[in-house]
Amino acid sequence: MNTNMAVCIAVIAKENYPLYIRSVPTQNELKFHYTVHTSLDVVEEKISAVGKALGDQRELYLGLLYPTEDYKMFRKLHNSFTDVMCNPFHNPGDTIQSKAFDGIVSGMMVQTA
Amino acid sequence: MAGSQWELPPELCCRPMAFVALTGLDVVYNAVHRAIWDAFCANRRADRVPISFKVLPGDHEYPKCRTKRTSYEWYIPKGILKTGWMNKHLNLVPALVVLFYELDWDDPQWKEKQSECATKVEIVRTSLQGRNTKVAVVLIQKKTPLPPGEDLVASERAQALCHACDLSGKSLFVLPHTDHLVGYIIRLENAFYEHAQTYYYTEIRRVKSHKEFLNKTTHQLLFVRHQFKIAFFSELKQDTQNALKYYRTAYSLVHELRSHETNMLEIKTMAGFINYKICRLCFQHNTPLDAIAQFRKHIDLCKKKIGSAELAFEHSAWMSKQFQSFGELFDEAIKLGLTAIQTQNPGFYYQQAACYSQDRKQLAQQLCQVSNDHIAYQTHYPSPDPLDTQSAGLDFYGQRPWRQGQQSIDPPDAEKEKTGILALQIKERDVPHSELIIALLSNAVAQFKKYKCPRMKSHLMVQMGEEYYHAKDYTKALKLLDYVMCDYRTERWWGLLTAILTTALRCAYLMASIKDYVIYCMELLGRASTLKEEQKSRIERNLIKVLTNEVPDAEPECDPSSVTAARSLWNDRMALAGSNELTIEVQDYIPFIQCKAKFQSPSFHVDQPVQLQVFLRADCPHPVSFSKLAVSLSNQEYNQWCVAEWSGQEAMSLLPGKTTCYNFSFVAKTEDVGKKIEMTGIEVMLGGDSGRCVFVSWRGAGGDAASAHEALQASRCSRRWGRNIEARQELDWDSLTMQHSTMIISRVPKISVQLSHQPPALTNEMYCIKLTVQSQEEAMAKDVKLTAGLKPGQDANLGQTTHVTLDGSKFCDDSAPSLLPDVPLGELKPGEKLEKCVFVKCVSTGPRVFLFHVAYGIDTTVEGRQIMCKCHKDETVTIETLVPFEVSVKFVSTKFEPLDRVSVDIPFLLMTDIVSSSPWPLLLTSSSLQLLTVTSNTPQLQSQLQEVVLQTGECASECFCLRCPPQTSINNTVATGQYLISWRRNSSSPDSPLIQTIVSLPHVVLEMVPLYIHADLPSFGRVRESLPVRYHIENRTALVQEVEMAVEPSDAFMFSGLKQPQGRQLDDASIAAA
Repeated sequence: MNTNMAVCIAVIAKENYPLYIRSVPTQNELKFHYTVHTSLDVVEEKISAVGKALGDQRELYLGLLYPTEDYKMFRKLHNSFTDVMCNPFHNPGDTIQSKAFDGIVSGMMVQTA
Repeated sequence: MAGSQWELPPELCCRPMAFVALTGLDVVYNAVHRAIWDAFCANRRADRVPISFKVLPGDHEYPKCRTKRTSYEWYIPKGILKTGWMNKHLNLVPALVVLFYELDWDDPQWKEKQSECATKVEIVRTSLQGRNTKVAVVLIQKKTPLPPGEDLVASERAQALCHACDLSGKSLFVLPHTDHLVGYIIRLENAFYEHAQTYYYTEIRRVKSHKEFLNKTTHQLLFVRHQFKIAFFSELKQDTQNALKYYRTAYSLVHELRSHETNMLEIKTMAGFINYKICRLCFQHNTPLDAIAQFRKHIDLCKKKIGSAELAFEHSAWMSKQFQSFGELFDEAIKLGLTAIQTQNPGFYYQQAACYSQDRKQLAQQLCQVSNDHIAYQTHYPSPDPLDTQSAGLDFYGQRPWRQGQQSIDPPDAEKEKTGILALQIKERDVPHSELIIALLSNAVAQFKKYKCPRMKSHLMVQMGEEYYHAKDYTKALKLLDYVMCDYRTERWWGLLTAILTTALRCAYLMASIKDYVIYCMELLGRASTLKEEQKSRIERNLIKVLTNEVPDAEPECDPSSVTAARSLWNDRMALAGSNELTIEVQDYIPFIQCKAKFQSPSFHVDQPVQLQVFLRADCPHPVSFSKLAVSLSNQEYNQWCVAEWSGQEAMSLLPGKTTCYNFSFVAKTEDVGKKIEMTGIEVMLGGDSGRCVFVSWRGAGGDAASAHEALQASRCSRRWGRNIEARQELDWDSLTMQHSTMIISRVPKISVQLSHQPPALTNEMYCIKLTVQSQEEAMAKDVKLTAGLKPGQDANLGQTTHVTLDGSKFCDDSAPSLLPDVPLGELKPGEKLEKCVFVKCVSTGPRVFLFHVAYGIDTTVEGRQIMCKCHKDETVTIETLVPFEVSVKFVSTKFEPLDRVSVDIPFLLMTDIVSSSPWPLLLTSSSLQLLTVTSNTPQLQSQLQEVVLQTGECASECFCLRCPPQTSINNTVATGQYLISWRRNSSSPDSPLIQTIVSLPHVVLEMVPLYIHADLPSFGRVRESLPVRYHIENRTALVQEVEMAVEPSDAFMFSGLKQPQGRQLDDASIAAA
């Protein structure tokens, strides 16, 4: 089994509200929500730093928040997210309700029996 | 303090400094001694050597030194580190004892004093038996010493004294008691510091020397102890680099110890101490990353070493303390200049400490319960107290009081162990866990605030609130939860908001705080709540109970004893009569009733009824009924028309998920024309007179904390699916836009205003604009008034060059205004027509905007109400003003040759050309000259342009023969006068005034001619007939002139008469030649 498995995956709108959030059902869901929410502090700081440096605007991956994350995972998730956004029936800003996206996320999550 | 068991000892946390004891000083009664002592200890700045001084009596008993062990062969250590050891070397065993003694070199009783001093030294030495502590003597002298080598007596006696006291020369000092006391003292203490360093060096050597006697099987504990001691002595020696090295060794040794359940606490305690020292030194050496790495390693190694499962809360307490003290070290280092970052700041350690304290609380609750399966006496505190030690405390750090010094792996006395554990469990019950957790959380909050982590801060505040809730301090809990709720609401994290609201609702229930209870219920029933339907159902039932003045059911998961207390509180509240009204502002929440209101139109004519709609929608699972809906408007007089009240027949209720619309309309007052009417608030009254009234109130036209975003999303959606939205049957709530204000505008006028005129206007003419007003009203238009003229707000210069008048028969002057206000035109019957001419005189060219404003009053009825409306109709027109014609003037000679100068007394011609640039035919009625300097050459100056009509582009010319009279003094240029043209439009009526345009004639240069020749020639000649030609030669000077003439023959003529006459020209006479 792949060692890089997630316990919680979230997609956050640029206004900082969750578009999609899912965690492994065995653990305290609320705790994960809080963790994701508090990590936005770091994201916000990183984004403002990118703005200042006028760096490569095409680089969407902000880097590691904590040293456990994986770039490949981001790319996979981002591709699927792009597919969702390209769906003409999806209204950007609405929460994500997509079976395909769900499937990708499930594949990346720790499997619980 | 219950937490004190886990506090690090102060002697561990302080910075170790060399300990020097001063004896022989009487600081109470002797002023000199007092001054010396003060110089040592008062105001010690950072640049002074690190020594801790203490004044001790000369016969002070120092701690006894144990006899030195010669062999460790049979020695089994009882523990790692004695509890008194650090304190002993910091405060009890000096590195140096200094004996102060008053003695001058020339003291008359030198011999006696010398031996007394020697005795005193001996006493100190005896007391320090077996220690390596140095002894030094300081002689306090009244006289200033001579330079070294000069005072022979001094050096001799010094030698003698050293001998008597068995001192080396380096240990005898002189302290002259003179002006420069502090200077001497600093020199003294530097010398003391050197002695102290030597002492600690020897101590390190001494401890190191034990190592060869140790073996790894029985003396494991001693390896740790010795390393720790060496490190600690190194710190005392201020050798922090080596101290760090030794502590690191000690740390790895402590983890090599054989650990089992009974010594786990001792190992962890020592590991914690050594870790603290290492981290502290790393921060001191400005290597914070090393400190963090060490701490991480420490935690990794220790977090699984729980020890006795029955005392698992102890492990959590210890872990919490580890994080807390690291946080404090980190924080201290920051205060000394270290910079922390968002992802690495002390807040995380405080947070983790709080987390472990929460674990501790949970474990304590599980393990220290007064459990039923225990027999009653066991839950009493055991007697004798197993935690009581005969001495003041433990001998070794981290041991159990009931089996101190026991290091065998054999199972301990089971009974003793049991009572000991029970005693600890009972003690743990009294620990104010929540207090500890809250203190740690609030430390963390302060840090995260500093390092820009607002969300982390909010999260910790939620935890604090929850902890207050557990501690039953509901007021504080609500205060905190309420404070952070809006952050989660604005960021739209509904799951988290719901969780916080649920806790808040429990607090409000347990406090029986009706208002809070209602607010939280409303939001938990609303669309932002992620609660399940059945939970919402239960909450709605409770809310209805409160509205009908009944006690609501308890919230789930509340402490049963608290619920009982809360129930009686609620009963008291409900029994209280009066104050049953409650107003709740819901704009900043997401309540279960949504409200949006709008005026049907952004503006209403005063003769139309103002219409507004209020939309209500309930998000709760069951229908909700209300008794009143009221809209407040900025003009409160209209409020009475915007109320819907339960009449007793038709129930006002909202169905879940359905939108209900209420329509209101009223007639605006005529005073409000031109004003805005705003909705200032909307109120829905829940409950009724029988129970409790809750006014749910929205500011403005409704909406709440989430509706702005929903509207934005809806607009994005409708932009794409624009066609669909109209086809949709049901009203889309989210795309419903609010219109909170409307303008009251005047009634639409039913009159026509027409303007007829012939643009463009010509400068200076009285331009006529004919205004026709016709009424299409069905009633009499009263008080008709006209305001006509230049529209305000244009270039300021236009105001001065534009004049408006109603009188077209004569020219208006400059005093006529540019705008004629409120010209009364009387009344207009239905269908009647009214005409009025307005004359405009524009002095300058260019475009102008003219305004014609016709106002009148009319009586009308709206919805059966008679109102008097003011109406007005505006007409504007832009008129260009042009120059009517261009005039050019030139002087030519009688032969029509252009003249650049004019000769005196010689006739010349003035030619004028008038070129029409007007698109309309112009009638030039006359022209005239007003001459200056020059005079007409003809007896009567008659205009050649009388009644001439000029079409566009046509030119009218005139020619005048002029002459400059001879008397004129000759001075270069002179003005010649003006050319006046009278004209009007050809189309204008004959009685309209003529416009006079004045053109200044150019100036001319005058000159004098000495001789003037002119010929009289017939206008024509006939072939073969004589043609008489006569030349006149005039002398214009006062002198006689010689004249010679020659006539050049022409081939076409034959000549008669003088060909070459000669003559003397007399002055001022003329000769005629034929």
